[in-house]
Amino acid sequence: MITVQDLHKSFGDNEVLKGINCEVEEKEVVCVIGPSGSGKSTFLRCLNLLEDITSGNVIVDGYNLKDKTTDINMIRTEVGMVFQQFNLFPHKTVIENVMLAPRKVRKISVQEARERGEALLKKVGLAEKADQYPAQLSGGQQQRVAIARALAMEPKLMLFDEPTSALDPELVGEVLEVMKQLAKEGMTMVVVTHEMGFAREVADRVMFMDEGIIMEEDTPEIIFTNPASERTKNFLNKVL
Amino acid sequence: MFDFGQVIDFLPQLGKGLYYTLLISIVGLLIGFILGAIFGLGRISKNKFFFIIASIYVEVIRGTPVLVQAIWLYFALPIILQFQMASITAGIVVIAINSGAYIAEIVRGSVDSINKGQMEAGRSLGLNKHQTMRYIIWPQAFKRMIPPLGNQFIISIKDTSLLSVILVPELMFQGRYIASNHFNAVEIYTTVALFYLVINFSLSLLLRYIERRLNY
Repeated sequence: MITVQDLHKSFGDNEVLKGINCEVEEKEVVCVIGPSGSGKSTFLRCLNLLEDITSGNVIVDGYNLKDKTTDINMIRTEVGMVFQQFNLFPHKTVIENVMLAPRKVRKISVQEARERGEALLKKVGLAEKADQYPAQLSGGQQQRVAIARALAMEPKLMLFDEPTSALDPELVGEVLEVMKQLAKEGMTMVVVTHEMGFAREVADRVMFMDEGIIMEEDTPEIIFTNPASERTKNFLNKVL
Repeated sequence: MFDFGQVIDFLPQLGKGLYYTLLISIVGLLIGFILGAIFGLGRISKNKFFFIIASIYVEVIRGTPVLVQAIWLYFALPIILQFQMASITAGIVVIAINSGAYIAEIVRGSVDSINKGQMEAGRSLGLNKHQTMRYIIWPQAFKRMIPPLGNQFIISIKDTSLLSVILVPELMFQGRYIASNHFNAVEIYTTVALFYLVINFSLSLLLRYIERRLNY
């Protein structure tokens, strides 16, 4: 589903990603962990070209994002993204948030978009909030709407950028629950997270990133119980 | 001493002035808003040429007094072009070009103030840049524009009184004409001031209403 080859990303003189190589298979759930500033979020944002790529290749669903002929808008319809700050559209109601992209990009009818939207809101447990505005919702509810909004495009792949980091602790669970459900249904997911419990329970594979490279990747059992690198061990000692 | 009763006799003439004041304000500000939207986007455009043109426009207009702009357009430009504009047309052009420059800055500031996560969220859903601007950024920016836009509308409406110097038959022009012929400066200029106050206060109330309606 995703192939990344020698990905470098610099902001001016500051090289944030220093040669990332990895693969993500279809239906795989990959969690990316690591200290802040390690480049996790930048790496994730390169996967749908929210950050342009300095050098290297990112191939998503068979399309090389570096290729000038690749229609990035088309790729993005297949790649859902959930942000740390939710980024719901504050001037639109919950259901309008969910309906907008399918209507304008997929060009489906209002009727169909509404039915799809309502089904998705039901799935994330927010059917009764359809006509409210994002500001009237708690953080956890907003993030669940954001997940429904991304799913409304029926993506093949979902990217999560620290989806629970901006939430009050008691609201984290409801968002993780929705993500677990998605994983169970076979969604391909790349999740940048500080929720080690989630990574351990849900991930097929965990990547530990530090200083712009993937230091180590393995099954959660191995990463969390017997990591190969000293850096991984140190990091996990601090956060677990 | 003062005889405000006599003002009634001059109401038809003041009314004519009011008509031109409103005409020039409305048409001028409508065009000004369009200019402001275009050049405001120029000020945030990545296109160098468009950005430079928009910046020159904004700086030149903001950097010169509206009174000088009006006089230049009406008395100097005809000498260069060998073509005289009607005073009312010139008045509309001055208000449009002048307000457009300020509105451009209002547009730029409002669009800039929208969190960049909104653009990213739109783009990540597969909307292109144009669609994201149209459905997500503009509606939010527009709401933020209303208070400063209202401010600019009021300033521009008051600026139309300066157009009396280029012989636009607007409210202030009529007031001066009447007062200098009938020696009733207190009555007439007080009435003229009240006319402006009523227009602008009504506009204030209207804008407050619109702003409340757009609340989410």
